[in-house]
Amino acid sequence: MSLSTKVARAGTPIAVLVIAVFAFACSGASGPSTGGGTITLQGAGATFPNPLYQKWVSEYGKLHPNVRIDYQSIGSGGGIKQIQAQTVDFGASDAPMSDADLKATPGELLHIPTVLGAVVVTYNVASITQPLHLSPEVLADIFLGNVKKWDDARLKQDNPGINLPAADITVVHRADGSGTSYVFTDYLSKVSTEWKDKVGTDKSPKWPEGQGGKGNEGVTGQIKQQPNTIGYVELAYAVQNKLPAALIKNASGKFVEPSIDAVTAAAASASAQTPDDLRVSITNSAGENAYPISSYTYILAYKDQKNAEKGKALVDFLWWGIHDGEQFAKDLQYAPLPAEIVKRAEAKINSITSGGKPLR
Amino acid sequence: MDQPIGGRRSPLNVNWKHLLSPTGNTGDAVFRGLLFISALLMVLIVGAMILALAAKSMPSIRQFGFHFLTSSEWNPVKNEFGALPFIYGTIVSSLIALVISVPLSLGIAIFLVEQAPRQLARPVTFLIELLAAIPSVVYGLWGIFVLAPFLRIHVEPPLQHWLGWLPLFKGPITGIGLLTGGIILAIMVTPIISAVVRDVLAAVPGSQREAALALGATKWETTRVVLVNGAPGIAGAVILGLGRAIGETMAVTMVIGNRAHISASLFESSYTIASVIANEFTEATQDLYLSALVELGLILFLVTFVVNAIARVLVWNVTRKMSGVGNA
Repeated sequence: MSLSTKVARAGTPIAVLVIAVFAFACSGASGPSTGGGTITLQGAGATFPNPLYQKWVSEYGKLHPNVRIDYQSIGSGGGIKQIQAQTVDFGASDAPMSDADLKATPGELLHIPTVLGAVVVTYNVASITQPLHLSPEVLADIFLGNVKKWDDARLKQDNPGINLPAADITVVHRADGSGTSYVFTDYLSKVSTEWKDKVGTDKSPKWPEGQGGKGNEGVTGQIKQQPNTIGYVELAYAVQNKLPAALIKNASGKFVEPSIDAVTAAAASASAQTPDDLRVSITNSAGENAYPISSYTYILAYKDQKNAEKGKALVDFLWWGIHDGEQFAKDLQYAPLPAEIVKRAEAKINSITSGGKPLR
Repeated sequence: MDQPIGGRRSPLNVNWKHLLSPTGNTGDAVFRGLLFISALLMVLIVGAMILALAAKSMPSIRQFGFHFLTSSEWNPVKNEFGALPFIYGTIVSSLIALVISVPLSLGIAIFLVEQAPRQLARPVTFLIELLAAIPSVVYGLWGIFVLAPFLRIHVEPPLQHWLGWLPLFKGPITGIGLLTGGIILAIMVTPIISAVVRDVLAAVPGSQREAALALGATKWETTRVVLVNGAPGIAGAVILGLGRAIGETMAVTMVIGNRAHISASLFESSYTIASVIANEFTEATQDLYLSALVELGLILFLVTFVVNAIARVLVWNVTRKMSGVGNA
């Protein structure tokens, strides 16, 4: 074994960073080219809907062999950067883009909702055998560090008949920047003014309490390995791994179990307040059966497509996605769009033009 | 360039060739040129990295200045960024790693070179070098599922019971935190340090041992002579290990708790520079946030640079002192 193979790897994260910096710096380059009768669409963004988008890409490819779609799940932040720099044909983001981000974008970007997801509160307390019930204020106080013991009077009040131990609560949150954290903190900001003032809504906020785990798997690992922990993960991840899930009291006072139908219900009941550009937070939705920590995930596309041929392919793909594509959502633990939002997304897709001409 | 050697050359050609190859051989000239380009490329890459990092961290440097290094506030929501908790976490976790792994590695290497029978030394050496090749994410998973619960149940409670009066061992026992991060790093750098130290000790001439033994030295005294001879190499090995510990990302991220705060307790969550970059870079959208992360990268680069420089000086000093002793 030579010395050089043992040389420390201190440079690795820096190298990754530098490459990423260069990638951003060189983002003036043009997008992937078309040719030979095959149209290639390049997309990049959120990791959360990646399994669904990969399924869409493969299913759509079977129906339209001349269209090749390449989706890279590099994270919502990267997706926004890339679509702003016009290096991809479509971006994807869990959280809607901010007004500031939209202002920094060359051209009008549309938010097309594709499916919905939810954030599940999971825990590891040996003596809790029935699902835990949580009021929003108690949940916020646990993550603020105000409620420190499992046998706190307010937890007892929501959970009569459950044997809560006299143990310290260990909070686990996501350490990596994540749409999951965004949705969760968005919900807590709505239900707790203290949370809103002290912490706020962000993909990686300054957590007042607890440990950070990397990714859903990191959070789950830390919860499973330590007794008396509480944390949050994506609904799909919680279902696939059969994690215990707390029932959350929604805005109409009902404790709701996280499920695909309860998430779609949250979107449906919020549709009246959904603005025209479809950028909306549906956490703390008022519907009776709505699960309150739910959110859309979006595909981002320019309203004016520079290349008519590629624009047409993108529009057809999006149209197929929100109609035929929705059938694949439930199997992969995503909630399909409610009918009224599909209608509004259709209008968005129909408004996409190239050189002033509609593409559909 | 297919002239025969020693044939006619134009004046320009002579100069150029002579510069590349004093012997005047074309093959030598080409070889020398290639080597020079390789070396130059390396220097250029390092230079380009520093330049790119510095350029991209300018917004953050301008906004926070020196305060960036002394502030503990890391809050993307409020656009306030300070690097101190990450610098602290990086240095302390690496120090814990060295405190544990250096004596262990020395022991392993001395055993393999000085004591172990050949039939045992070979497979053990192979296993240790195999450990060095395990991907760090595997160490991380093992850390979460095996090491952290083990520490929580069997190591941290007795530590707190006997040494709880020290601020180092106060606080809640969770199995996740600075201590666990340091221990996982120790396990990761031990194969590297011990493999290099083994090579270093094996390179100490046998005549040294024979001389010591001939003078009536015991096995332990002989080993001391060997260690003194190998000291510069051993120091180099420790620095290699430290370099790896400072830059390690995945495994530490999974067990250190990832919380940007400074606490005297080793049981508390902490955060390292490499971890926060890996965790937050993909989802950072605001320019200042991105710039602060890049500046962290620049700091990591500089820390690594300084550590390596210190190592050079150390090794250099030891070598000089040794040769001085030899001459006296």
